Amino acid sequence: MDMDNARDALVQEARELLAAMEMALMQIEAEGASSEAINAIFRAAHTIKGSAGLFAFERIVSFTHVAESVLDKVRNGSLPLDTNLLSLLLECGDYIGELVEAIAARREEEEPDPVKRGRLELSLNALLGVTAAAHPAVHAMGAAADTAQIEVDDGSAVSSDNWHLSLRFSPDVLRNGMDPLSFLRYLGTIGRIVHIVTLPDALPDARVMDPEACYLGFEVDFASDADRQTIEGVFEFVREDSEIRILPPHGKIAEYIGLIQSLAEPAGRLGEILVKGGALTPSELDNVLAQQAAEPVPAKPLGTLLVEQDKVPQAVVAAALTKQKQGEEKRTQEQKFIKVEVSKLDALIDLVGELVIAGAAANLVAHREKHARFEEATQGISSLVEQIRDAALTLRMVPIGEVFQRFPRVVRDISRELGKEIQLLVTGADTELDKSMVEKLSDPLMHIVRNAMDHGIESKEARVMAGKAVEGTLRLNAYHESGSIVIEVSDDGRGLDRDRILAKAIERGLVSAEQQLSDGEIYRLIFEPGFSTAEQVTNLSGRGVGMDVVKKNIESLRGEVEIVSRQGQGTTVRIRLPLTLAIIDGFQVMVGDSQFVIPLELVIECIDISSHDMRHNIVKLRGEPLPFVRLRELFDLPEAEHVRESLVVVQYGQQRAGLVVDKLLGEFQAVIKPLGLLFGEVKGISGSTILGDGRVALILDVPHLVQRTMRANVAQLAHQHHITG
Amino acid sequence: MPLTALAEGESAQFRLDGELTIFHAAELKDVLLAALGEGGGPPLTIDLSGVDELDTAGVQLLLLAKREAARHGRALAYSGHSPAVISVLELLDLAGTLGDPVLIPNASR
Repeated sequence: MDMDNARDALVQEARELLAAMEMALMQIEAEGASSEAINAIFRAAHTIKGSAGLFAFERIVSFTHVAESVLDKVRNGSLPLDTNLLSLLLECGDYIGELVEAIAARREEEEPDPVKRGRLELSLNALLGVTAAAHPAVHAMGAAADTAQIEVDDGSAVSSDNWHLSLRFSPDVLRNGMDPLSFLRYLGTIGRIVHIVTLPDALPDARVMDPEACYLGFEVDFASDADRQTIEGVFEFVREDSEIRILPPHGKIAEYIGLIQSLAEPAGRLGEILVKGGALTPSELDNVLAQQAAEPVPAKPLGTLLVEQDKVPQAVVAAALTKQKQGEEKRTQEQKFIKVEVSKLDALIDLVGELVIAGAAANLVAHREKHARFEEATQGISSLVEQIRDAALTLRMVPIGEVFQRFPRVVRDISRELGKEIQLLVTGADTELDKSMVEKLSDPLMHIVRNAMDHGIESKEARVMAGKAVEGTLRLNAYHESGSIVIEVSDDGRGLDRDRILAKAIERGLVSAEQQLSDGEIYRLIFEPGFSTAEQVTNLSGRGVGMDVVKKNIESLRGEVEIVSRQGQGTTVRIRLPLTLAIIDGFQVMVGDSQFVIPLELVIECIDISSHDMRHNIVKLRGEPLPFVRLRELFDLPEAEHVRESLVVVQYGQQRAGLVVDKLLGEFQAVIKPLGLLFGEVKGISGSTILGDGRVALILDVPHLVQRTMRANVAQLAHQHHITG
Repeated sequence: MPLTALAEGESAQFRLDGELTIFHAAELKDVLLAALGEGGGPPLTIDLSGVDELDTAGVQLLLLAKREAARHGRALAYSGHSPAVISVLELLDLAGTLGDPVLIPNASR
């Protein structure tokens, strides 16, 4: 781990902690304070401060320290957590975020916003009862140590082969996010702890004992080949405030005298400990005590003499950091999750894709060769490949809660800005979807949410007039449905104004006045570029991003948007996305010589249509009309003779349609290859895939085909109606 | 960091669960001292089998409770040491100081 990596890890960790902190603050705002939430906030601030301290990021340490002090007062109940304080803490979280981003951008030397910092610190300090804004930094890393004087001593050396470490940590060490246990455990990696005595002597009376201060002292006999610098490096981060004494093997008697003199514990007791651990032999101890008695002037504090001014090797810094972080990481579920670079995951999934294709090729060969055992073997491999594929794909799946989690804050801030009372209800946050989609969903969702709050939900007065609750409700919901993931943003606002949208669309020439449009089609008009029905452009809308961009973003994910609205009752924007972007279970069909793949999840059934009455592109299936389309006509393929056509019934959302094909080839794992730029605009096809024999098959865009079929059907019915009527 | 009372009567039994760390130290100190009471009372047993993390702050509290109990003349025993507790006691060589029977695999001494 080099410094850059450690720094990245710190930034990453701080971001996660800040998100957790914000979530806890929002939770408190929604549900009232709980000690768990307050602890989570405190822990986040505390851990960020601790980690930043290791790198001497003074700006973040000093700022977080003040915030943490306030949090401490909240935690012990001496400061009530009211709305104002919540807002202040949210802002502080934001500012810590800015400081973290500054570190990420390698600009930690600059204060991102001194004015803001000043204001926040003033507010925080007011709560602490501190008038002076200046607050001393907690850590003063790298401060020059006292000029060490080398003491010349010709005293004899002790016989012990072990190092002796005398550790008295600073009382603040725990509060600063470091645990003496970590240092001791780390010692175990560079040598062997021969003997250790834990000294509880400094533990004060129960009434005055501060449970967050460190009182324990340690006397350690340590066998190690490491050099002094390495051993001292272990304590690099605590050396400033703590008393760390390190006596080398065969150390001078005088050093032991110094040690005994400089420690608080009685000399006899320490002497015993030293003998018991093997640092001194009994006769050496006698010698020490005798010399000590003969020397009335206390020797220089040994700590001063031993302080090493040399920079500790980077490796040690990193190692000690890792060690120090261990305790924290355990809490952040390090044992449940490991972080993997996205590019590595992508490479794995690419490879799995190639494996799927190669597997298909092997299957094909086995089939052609008509070699039973070969076929059997490839089948075994196929089923394993399928499992690997599924496992690999789930690696990329994350709960949509990752996207949803920023919205409580957004809703809170916007509702304040707009002077509306809006509560947010989130459901289905654990619904999983592909990580790559999560990132691309964030912006469109944000836009829809803003829109719903700005245009959808009425002002308080208007709501009261309409007989609704003063508080508006915004819902985020996610669920899985037939091979797609559905995300809904609903509000209980005024709903879309159908007539107004239509009038606007006619005015802009998007539709003609004579056209008969369904409600859904009219609502869809708001996705047209530059379309806005807002009576006035407010602060929130009119930022140049329209619903057309939302639609484009969703479509780039091979998804689609739908709007359901009831005047006066609210609007739901429903986004439907494919589950994965890489590999699908496909159903392979043939028309003429061309092969097509239909996503298997969307296939309902296959029907032999020779016995069915098929007129006007509608077939009557078990009493229900089903519109269908002939792929041959759709893609203008040459007419073939003597084919027994089949009908593949597909479903997307609530709608069903039929696709007429020449031949059903069966199930097949398809690795989706994107279409080139040239074909990107072709409707009805969503991608391509490579078959086992190396040929290319097109993957049908079922959502588009279903819609197209429905529309053609409606138009035809209207036409028919026109003729007969 | 809950301290759960299991039984009262001839011996008072409590159970500690979760993290015995600085994050809960303040809270825990109060409940521990409250459990000890002002002296006297039946022997106290605290079951540590549910402790999955222990840091220096936690160790101090265990020591403090033990010392306070002794001061008040009340018997306090820790039992069911979880692996997390054992590993720390082993590291600090505290098993003897705390004086409770602990099953330590491969004792370091």
